[in-house]
Amino acid sequence: MFELFTHFSTWLVVDILGISKATKLGDALHFFIEDTTKIFFLLLAMIYVIALIRASMNVERVRDYLAGKHKGVGYLLGSSFGAITPFCSCSSIPVFLGFTSAGIPVGITMSFLITSPLINEVAVLLLLSLLGWKFTLLYVIVGMSVGILGGAFLDVIKAERWLQSFAAKALARGKNSNATIQSTSVTTLSLKERHTFAKAEMLEIFGRVWKWVIIGVGLGSALHGFVPDGWIQAHLGNGQWWSVPAAVLLGIPLYSNATGVIPVMESLIKQGLPVGTTLAFCMSTVAASFPEFILLKQVMQWRLLAVLFALLLTAFTVMGWIFNYLTPFI
Amino acid sequence: MKEIKVLGTGCAKCTKTVDVIAKIANELNIAVHVIKETDLKVIMGYGVMTTPAVIIDEVNVHSGSIPSRQDIEVWLQK
Repeated sequence: MFELFTHFSTWLVVDILGISKATKLGDALHFFIEDTTKIFFLLLAMIYVIALIRASMNVERVRDYLAGKHKGVGYLLGSSFGAITPFCSCSSIPVFLGFTSAGIPVGITMSFLITSPLINEVAVLLLLSLLGWKFTLLYVIVGMSVGILGGAFLDVIKAERWLQSFAAKALARGKNSNATIQSTSVTTLSLKERHTFAKAEMLEIFGRVWKWVIIGVGLGSALHGFVPDGWIQAHLGNGQWWSVPAAVLLGIPLYSNATGVIPVMESLIKQGLPVGTTLAFCMSTVAASFPEFILLKQVMQWRLLAVLFALLLTAFTVMGWIFNYLTPFI
Repeated sequence: MKEIKVLGTGCAKCTKTVDVIAKIANELNIAVHVIKETDLKVIMGYGVMTTPAVIIDEVNVHSGSIPSRQDIEVWLQK
């Protein structure tokens, strides 16, 4: 069904603008138009449908559900909810404090917060349409593993020692008084209310991500059109061990959300960059960004921030190596 | 005079919420005192997890998005 967008792009570039697809410019432009129209269409349609389904899902319900759960399942649940619960990244800190004051261990809260930017419905949809289900599954597994293992590790090293003191006090209070959690009233929504929510959600998310799509696809097209065919394949195609940590480091100063980085992943993989290296680069771009970390300073001491940062970088590197190693077998 | 607090850690949506409420109150000629609250401890005290959140006379009436015009009019005219 996506051929429609290929035809549209060919028509626009070749017939209307008169640029041959054999030229570098034509090739890059074709790629750009095909991908942006396809992604915009998918985003609008799918965000609406998904929002319709999950209209009654919110962080308050997740908190009530996670409070009092056993740690073993807590990380898995925290990470799963992080993947499916919508919330704006500017709410990360209040969410952290809300979970913490409900007595939820820091590790479980962090499983939720680490997974959240990495996996969301937009990212999964884009991956499915651009790179296929196998890669999507890999991406989801890696994202959730980083969240789960990262959260568990933070509890093992007793990360709560390094919270800011008011957050630590809130955690202690929450642990002692489990009764204080007032469960939020569960309201059933009418179809009309769901439609209103879904429409608002669609416009809101689209308004936020469209520019990332343009930037992401633009970079992807530039790679596609202007990096000589085979260059990446020849230099980085064997998954040389150093290329993975290099990709992670390169991803730190680059900041993007998942929507922007996925079209770049598509391009890199088609150019022959190994899957593990690509994953490592993209996850680092999405999850390890300085602006977000500075925000966390409000609730965490420098020491914990440093540990968390090092943890993420190590996790992405190890995951990258594992996938590069495993690729021949999938 | 109604006291309205907008809770938020300083994201664009929080600022916009303050502006929208002030604007609508002005249109309706209702005197209000809109305060932007960015102190995390205060936000935590209200048990709010998604921002911007709106507190009117110490009651949490809204959280997680810029409130709609209808909602704001209802709150102001109460």
